[in-house]
Amino acid sequence: MKAAIVVFPGTNREVDMKDAFERAGASAVMAWHGDAEVPDCDLIVLPGGFAYGDYLRCGAMAAHSPIMKDVVKKANAGQPVLGVCNGFQILIEARLLPGALLKNASLAFVCRDVHLRLDHAIKPLTGNLVEGDVIRVPVAHGDGNYFADVETLKRLEGEGRIAFRYVAGPGEAESRANPNGSTADIAGIVNEKGNVLGMMPHPEDATGPRQQSLDAVPLFAGIVEALS
Amino acid sequence: MSADPNTIRVTPNIAAEHGLTADEYAKILEIIGREPNLTELGIFSAMWNEHCSYKSSRVWLKTLPTTAPWVICGPGENAGVVDIGDGLAAVFKMESHNHPSFIEPHQGAATGVGGIMRDVFTMGARPVANLNVLRFGAPEHAKTRYLVGGVVSGIGSYGNCMGVPTVGGQTSFHASYNGNNLVNAMCVGIAPADRIFYAAAGAIGAPVVYVGSKTGRDGIHGASMASAEFNEDTEEKRPTVQVGDPFTEKLLLEACLELMATDSIIGIQDMGAAGLTCSSVEMADKGNVGMDLDLDAVPQREAGMSAYELMLSESQERMLMVLKPEAEAQARAIFEKWELDFAVVGRIIDTGRLVVSKDGKVQADLPVRPLSDEAPLYNRPWNETPQRPLIAAGDVPAPNSINDALLNLIGSADLSSRRWIFEQYDHLVMGRTVQRPGGDAAVIEVPDRPGKGLAVTTDCTPRYCQADPFEGGKQAVAETFRNLSAVGARPLATTDCLNFGNPERPDVMGTFVGAIKGLGEACKALDMPIVSGNVSLYNETNGKAVQPSPQIGAIGLIDDLDRTARIGFGGTQHTILMLGDGVGHLGASLYLREIAGREEGAPPPVDLAAERRHGDFVRGQIEAGKVTCCHDISDGGALVALAEMALASGIGASVAMPHENLPHHAFWFGEDQGRYIVAVEGDGADLQDAANRAGVPALVLGMTGGDALTVDGASPISLGTLRETFEGWLPRYMAGEPA
Repeated sequence: MKAAIVVFPGTNREVDMKDAFERAGASAVMAWHGDAEVPDCDLIVLPGGFAYGDYLRCGAMAAHSPIMKDVVKKANAGQPVLGVCNGFQILIEARLLPGALLKNASLAFVCRDVHLRLDHAIKPLTGNLVEGDVIRVPVAHGDGNYFADVETLKRLEGEGRIAFRYVAGPGEAESRANPNGSTADIAGIVNEKGNVLGMMPHPEDATGPRQQSLDAVPLFAGIVEALS
Repeated sequence: MSADPNTIRVTPNIAAEHGLTADEYAKILEIIGREPNLTELGIFSAMWNEHCSYKSSRVWLKTLPTTAPWVICGPGENAGVVDIGDGLAAVFKMESHNHPSFIEPHQGAATGVGGIMRDVFTMGARPVANLNVLRFGAPEHAKTRYLVGGVVSGIGSYGNCMGVPTVGGQTSFHASYNGNNLVNAMCVGIAPADRIFYAAAGAIGAPVVYVGSKTGRDGIHGASMASAEFNEDTEEKRPTVQVGDPFTEKLLLEACLELMATDSIIGIQDMGAAGLTCSSVEMADKGNVGMDLDLDAVPQREAGMSAYELMLSESQERMLMVLKPEAEAQARAIFEKWELDFAVVGRIIDTGRLVVSKDGKVQADLPVRPLSDEAPLYNRPWNETPQRPLIAAGDVPAPNSINDALLNLIGSADLSSRRWIFEQYDHLVMGRTVQRPGGDAAVIEVPDRPGKGLAVTTDCTPRYCQADPFEGGKQAVAETFRNLSAVGARPLATTDCLNFGNPERPDVMGTFVGAIKGLGEACKALDMPIVSGNVSLYNETNGKAVQPSPQIGAIGLIDDLDRTARIGFGGTQHTILMLGDGVGHLGASLYLREIAGREEGAPPPVDLAAERRHGDFVRGQIEAGKVTCCHDISDGGALVALAEMALASGIGASVAMPHENLPHHAFWFGEDQGRYIVAVEGDGADLQDAANRAGVPALVLGMTGGDALTVDGASPISLGTLRETFEGWLPRYMAGEPA
């Protein structure tokens, strides 16, 4: 399997993402934001960072970059796309996913481990995780507070498109479960066809032998198996 | 400012307004043989202020140990460089941004972080870890909460956007910082050991290139501001604080590293304090050449800037480079790819002069060498700090209960959890953070060298330095040695950030001199040379100096990340031992301050030979795989360390004083130096034997297990209560509850 990781000038978790895919046995190439086309690949990845500084709404400028035209085209044609953190923000700004990501309820950046429950397995993007699985992965963002209007939420819920929710980990206070105030504890959603997944947490930083959790290994392993 | 400030005739009064003394101004007249114009005066004042010239500290800094076989580059460049093996070097430095952070906390702290990262990547290294030391005023002080919030958000905003993990640091509170907080930022980078870039400008005729952000009117005289005391009018200095743009710095980082991978650069220097002035003079001086600068070519953010303003602006995210002439086109292409300004603003000349032109006219023409070499040098008078009496353990009253005293301490401003702070910093980006904030030292895995670790830490105990600058200076270094040893790292080298008050006052100068002597002695004894650093003086407001704060940053190497230790207990039924022993030293301790309400007494002395013996023993045991849980004993003493170990693991412990030689509170809360707590499987007898052979005292304190901490058979304190107390203070305080 080959992943193309889109790099904007302010992207900063592209190496984390590359490492995670390579550990899972895939190859990964970097795709430059100014290029008109994403190179031939099995999966497009929008990683974390601050695409163009994000001094405006996060991801708003990136959604209009040259390469995003091609990402949108390919996503609409059914190619799998994974957006993490800033990547999720960009997918929303590019209208590939509904809703909005607001400033964290705390109004502060938050970096810590959270627990995610897989509520709906969506192949291939949720990998080998099984519905009900709870994984520990880090978050690191200032604008991850998912918001959508009631109608949209109903649809997401009804269509089984809420992939990941924040839950309390073992011994963790309920009040610590949701790190950003997201509506309905939403951490990750997919589009109607299920080929575009956006999530705020960083599963790529829970795959390495020296990282403090290996819980996201089945996620990457499953994606790579399915797309190889 | 009028259109052409050079039409203003410079008088001794104007020189004084630029912070130059009458003698200093006389020397300028002598050097150039005429009256300077205003631009020239501005250049002199920028180069000769305390911040840039180290005029009060240089004579003492020279006494510090700076060399070792593994030191590639010591002080004098943008950052220090140390060989870490496998063809790699660690490049690191710590720097203050105290004054700007007090005037405008968010931007002041942010640009401090930006500045130190530039120092590191200017030398060809990719930053891999940031740390910071924050000293705020008393929690009750009206401004403290605002400053904490602004500084923390500022540090986070810059480091997070750059994608460099902020992995450690120190934060404390004391009334001496009420009018002058300290913000010291440290950055560590990794570079190929044979590809280090220096400032020296070489070849005559080579192009001088300006890259990065455009120049605006921000930060003019920032370095001069940082060289004066504060008073009631300080708020008016807000316009001298620069505004940070981390996104542009990220571009600058990537562009510079891309260019550095080619063979194009002769010399490179970041534009930090005193901007274009300092960078051009330093590059020319180090290269033994002169420089012709055409200010019309400088990318400008606003119209109508004068030569004076352009030379003194401290706009951020800018670099000056001297390129090989044939490399210009390639370099331009790289910077254009990253959408940064790239402008040839001058040439290297052979006259040894800095010639600055604008609008077709020479605006300044000064000899380079005297601007740096003949900067004033003061051997300021100083008074030895009077010795404080030793306080015997028996002279400090016992608490009503050890349990209550422990809870009071771990719920105090200085000992409670820093989670509220470090969770606002991305400490995981790059994916190589092996030990996160909250331990003795942070550990990162060296990029592209799986299994090789770099441990980083900062430390200093200002209340010890105030009590006894010499012992306090020793302790600051010894504590970093201990932090590194406790994770199993071999200490390599240090950087210092020396924060003191007004050096023109002999008592303050005496604390500086004492601390330097202490630092030097400890660095020698522990083989941790100081390879870079920064001095920040005039940290005082209305004549009141901050506590002497010689902050030390240190790095150490872990050859095998499978052989390291953490502060959390590794399991239940492990034997807890204390390595090192003490006399229950409570002078200048947190127990004395927080529980007994007294700030007095001599600090704990540091026996450097014992420090080394104990540290080497602990590290040896970790390297041999025999110890995987270790925590050094510092602020608050042994019981606070035990509580932290229990909280880090969620495993309780039952401990008891192993002898009756001391009052219990002195044993548990004494801050004697050179000590560690470890927990090992089994009964600990092997470790005790090994310790005895190495001449290290090893006392069994108890066993791990359960979900409470039980001390001397008293009622157990549940981990829940401990955690609530430890985690509670800072978030509650920042939410607006009274301190």
